[in-house]
Amino acid sequence: MAELAKNTSAEITMQAVEEKLTPPWKEAWQSFYKNKLALAGLTIVLFFIIIAIIAPWVAPYGFKEQVLTDRMQPPSSKHWFGTDDFGRDIFSRILYGARISLWVGFFSVLGSVVIGTLLGIVAGYYGRWIDAIISRIFDIMLAFPSILLAIAVVSILGPSLRNALIAIAVINVPNFGRLVRSKVLSIKQEEYIMSAKAIGMRDTRILFRHILPNSISPVIVQATLAIATAIIEAAALGFLGLGAQPPEPEWGKMLADSKNYITQAPWTLFFPGMAIMLTVLGFNLMGDGLRDVLDPKMKQ
Amino acid sequence: MSELLLEVKGLKKYFPITGGLLGRKQGEVKAVDDVSFYVKKGETLGIVGESGCGKSTTGRLLMRLIEASDGRIIFEDKEITKMSKSELRRVRRDIQMVFQDPYASLNPRHSVEQILEEPLIVHGIGSKEERKKRVKEMLEVVGLSSYHAKRYPHQFSGGQRQRIGIARALMTKPKLIIADEPVSALDVSIQAQVLNLMKDIQKEFNLTYIFIAHDLGVVRHISDRVGVMYLGRLIELADCEELYENPKHPYTKALLSAVPIPDPDLKKQTILIEGELPSPANPPSGCAFHTRCTECMDICKTTRPEEHNLNGHYVACHLYNK
Repeated sequence: MAELAKNTSAEITMQAVEEKLTPPWKEAWQSFYKNKLALAGLTIVLFFIIIAIIAPWVAPYGFKEQVLTDRMQPPSSKHWFGTDDFGRDIFSRILYGARISLWVGFFSVLGSVVIGTLLGIVAGYYGRWIDAIISRIFDIMLAFPSILLAIAVVSILGPSLRNALIAIAVINVPNFGRLVRSKVLSIKQEEYIMSAKAIGMRDTRILFRHILPNSISPVIVQATLAIATAIIEAAALGFLGLGAQPPEPEWGKMLADSKNYITQAPWTLFFPGMAIMLTVLGFNLMGDGLRDVLDPKMKQ
Repeated sequence: MSELLLEVKGLKKYFPITGGLLGRKQGEVKAVDDVSFYVKKGETLGIVGESGCGKSTTGRLLMRLIEASDGRIIFEDKEITKMSKSELRRVRRDIQMVFQDPYASLNPRHSVEQILEEPLIVHGIGSKEERKKRVKEMLEVVGLSSYHAKRYPHQFSGGQRQRIGIARALMTKPKLIIADEPVSALDVSIQAQVLNLMKDIQKEFNLTYIFIAHDLGVVRHISDRVGVMYLGRLIELADCEELYENPKHPYTKALLSAVPIPDPDLKKQTILIEGELPSPANPPSGCAFHTRCTECMDICKTTRPEEHNLNGHYVACHLYNK
């Protein structure tokens, strides 16, 4: 044991150096902070989240408040973004619309992440026939254009915002499922999984304590990017009349309602369009930044 | 003669080769082909062989990390090969494994404390405080310090990580440790430290080792008995000194003659083995080594040699037929 004591003395001097190392999350934040575009994305996303929260207090008008004498007013000091064909204040509707879009984006992605991750883990870890079945279902789902699949789901469930959310969650499941499956396939070959088995661990513990935490970072990135897509898909379903129903101020629905007035009242289209574009851009930039931070291959 | 801890009889592992559209079986790789040996309590059995000879597969078969195609593994009079999943989990408390790559065998997202505590949690040993205490004790045993407990694997060197791997294997107070190339990923200077640590621990905890390695010097240093594998078969098994001083099998002789001697004046005769290692998917008939053996006879090409017991020196070669 004497020699063991000797080589630990060298380690103690190393200790002083190591204590100064920043914790991993702080390191990640620092490299995220350095990425200006990612930071811009985060700012946009936070901005919309705040808007969604404070909408009822800052909106000058109610989202379904119609003043028919003020129809299709151009932007002015009274109506910052103008009014639509029912005389509703577009600025207020966009503020309220942030709630819907973020809500749909967040919860639909949450749903697909949870279901996709579970299916992906099962397929990747157990392999064989169960993998064959799950993977073929994913293949079939991915063979459809996603918006077509969403339309199919909504037409089964009936058009409403909640069903649009479910439809968007369903169509995104295979993306997450495949991502997790491939990650699990590589991680289960790692020696620490073999060693976990050798210790005598149960499969569930291996899956949730070892495999899942090590495969989750690409899922976080994908989820951020998927929120952007989900917002667009919700808007598309709204535009087609399959998502939010009037008078809900869903941005896609607002586009659809005003498309006939594009020449007379372009502001009715411009502002909801801008809102969609900005939110999606924000999530995309943030997702790209997160990928750079969380992908270990990009490090060092 | 001391008690047997582990006995292996006719162990086989054939990996199927599948291919084609429907994944039909097209052949098989005989990774481990009819291997039998025993391990006595408190000894170290070394297993050597070149890469691809089935050493690691044998180690994994012993723990049933992969299922054997055939054969029996008996640990303390209980047959591991016939155990149910839950029995197997319990027996894994007594058999632990140290892995080759210290960079891959520790979960990068768990702290050292979590890594070491986990075997105890899994087997429901001790209260939370007792477990934490044992983690600290074990860190000291393997030559690290208790303050290392909060660190993550990436903050350690290879040698330190292998010490953590050893500490993890010791946590449940096992009887047998299967070490699969535990030092081959380390620097030579660190190798010696880790080997000596393993020796010290063996004495302290009365452990039995199965030590798998390709480095003949390392195996000689640590083993009491040594088995030599070639193409999935155990061709020679003897006491360590006996094997190194008096090898019987032509393959072992050639292998040992290839070890460099650190003395430039010493003339030595190197036996060169010709040809390539045959594919285990299509092993030669008869003795697996006959295609490269310098002393090949007609019988070697047709009949697989029996294992001969020459006073406890086991060798599977037709040269020793009576």
